[in-house]
Amino acid sequence: MTELVPLLKTEKLTMNFGGVVANDSVDFNLGEMELRCLIGPNGAGKSTFFKMLTGQITPSSGTIAFRGRSIAGLPSHEIARTGLGIKTQIPNVFNGLSVRENIWLSARRKNTPRMANLVVDEILERVRLTEKQSAIVGQLSHGQRQWVEIGTVLAGDPELLLLDEPAAGMTDKETERTAEIIREINEARAIIVVEHDMEFIKMIARTVTVFHQGRIMMEDTLKNVLADARVRDVYLGKKVVVS
Amino acid sequence: MTDARHAGLQSILVLAAATGVALLPLHLDLFALMQVTLFAAMSVLALSVAFIWGFGGILSFGQTAFFGLGGYVYAIAAINFGDSTNAILLAVVLPALFATALGYFVFYGKISDVYLGVITLTVTLILFNVVNSTAGEAYRIGIARLGGFNGIPSVPTFNMPFHPEIPLSPETSWWVTGGTLIAVYLLLRLILVSRFGRVAVAVRENETRAALLGYDTRLVKLGVFVLGGAIAGLGGALYVNWGAFVGPTIFSLSLSAEIIIWITVGGLGSLFGPIVGCFVIQWLVALIGSQQTFNSNLVLGAILVGFVLLLPKGVAPTFLLCLARLRKRYRSTTEHGSAQSTPHAGQLT
Repeated sequence: MTELVPLLKTEKLTMNFGGVVANDSVDFNLGEMELRCLIGPNGAGKSTFFKMLTGQITPSSGTIAFRGRSIAGLPSHEIARTGLGIKTQIPNVFNGLSVRENIWLSARRKNTPRMANLVVDEILERVRLTEKQSAIVGQLSHGQRQWVEIGTVLAGDPELLLLDEPAAGMTDKETERTAEIIREINEARAIIVVEHDMEFIKMIARTVTVFHQGRIMMEDTLKNVLADARVRDVYLGKKVVVS
Repeated sequence: MTDARHAGLQSILVLAAATGVALLPLHLDLFALMQVTLFAAMSVLALSVAFIWGFGGILSFGQTAFFGLGGYVYAIAAINFGDSTNAILLAVVLPALFATALGYFVFYGKISDVYLGVITLTVTLILFNVVNSTAGEAYRIGIARLGGFNGIPSVPTFNMPFHPEIPLSPETSWWVTGGTLIAVYLLLRLILVSRFGRVAVAVRENETRAALLGYDTRLVKLGVFVLGGAIAGLGGALYVNWGAFVGPTIFSLSLSAEIIIWITVGGLGSLFGPIVGCFVIQWLVALIGSQQTFNSNLVLGAILVGFVLLLPKGVAPTFLLCLARLRKRYRSTTEHGSAQSTPHAGQLT
């Protein structure tokens, strides 16, 4: 048995906002090439967790190791450069620029101009936006803007993708396409997906981590999670004591 | 903006401007030529704000700090050296260094945009007050007396590079000033199509996203700010060359406010528009100054309010928008029924 360094590992990760504990001693592990879903009711601490991972906020205490390297508290751009990309909950795109420019800006950071253009073409193909490449992003539908953001993050060639509600506000057809895109991405990269939409989770999930009141309540296969009485209670709003 | 058609329009514009600069002395009397020289010098200042505000998203209320610094540095250096060549260089470098120091604290200290406006405004006021109180024999740098509120008179004007015995004639001075304006415009255009320029625009659009993609947004903003400071300093040197005089009013708040009006009129997010705005507004102010019926500040205020209400995008972007619409209409009438064959439609907007 060899001990592998996990792709991402947090230990006792805690975030206090004044007296409110948004994340409380989160111990989280993610392997290479894994596709993990995070679920949990509103306010469970999923987005706060993502914000700490990407340096948008500095953890109150605890550690984050990406490939064994500590990244807790580093500025966002340095974390991004280690290979961590995020699609945020509220789409963070360059609204005044074209679809192509959005993706190019991401591709050009690591690539030569010629390579960057090739990467952009490939990404456009992948997120199915080749036809729309000259459109101004601010004028696209919400679903398409989500794809622009996923494509933009992907063009940065991250080793781990964090997707915060990638299917929010999408039609059923768009949701299906998004699931397809995520499965394709997962062929080469690890992904963590936060989502509320159970139908969407069912399309992609293998292992699911359930957040509740800032802690990890359970971590198991989708089948077992859905069968768990506590998880159902949490979603239905009953009081649950986390061990 | 990187559209080929757009680039064509650009080169025609620049060519026309260059021809205009070259031929203007033939058509204007000396007084008018001196006036356009002043307008062109101020337009360099307008470009610096147009760049950092329109493309970097940094609203500096105190760009006159760098403009004035450039003016004073030029004056002091030119008096001491007796030659304008290195003085011009210093008038660019020192304001840039000052912008680096100021920008470092502002951007690396994560001070929000509103406070940036307040800080730059305050710095301008401080500089005004400091320079204003340097009257007397004690305040001198080398052989240059700062002169307090009286300013520094008889500043040596530009001379042939490294030939202080050959000062520039008003015509040559105009060519230098107009040429510099075109050169700065071209430089900024080049920067805007480079990676740095495109990332700067991205930071303006969404700083969080740019950071999450791995760009150090603080450094990008600092770069934009320093470039703006350097250009404003160059404008200051051109201004002092025009009048052979510099006084503390160069740091005035009214000038800072006027730049905002030039850009609002010309169009935020455009480089050509603010130059037009600068020329037109200054020409208007000069015109109003020659009569007694209207107060120029009243007219400026009315223009600002009028533009904000009626033409918020400003002259240049509105013109381009109309051009694109006309073209679209023209195309839909000529290529009726084949809408799919125009994949680039709308790119200009």
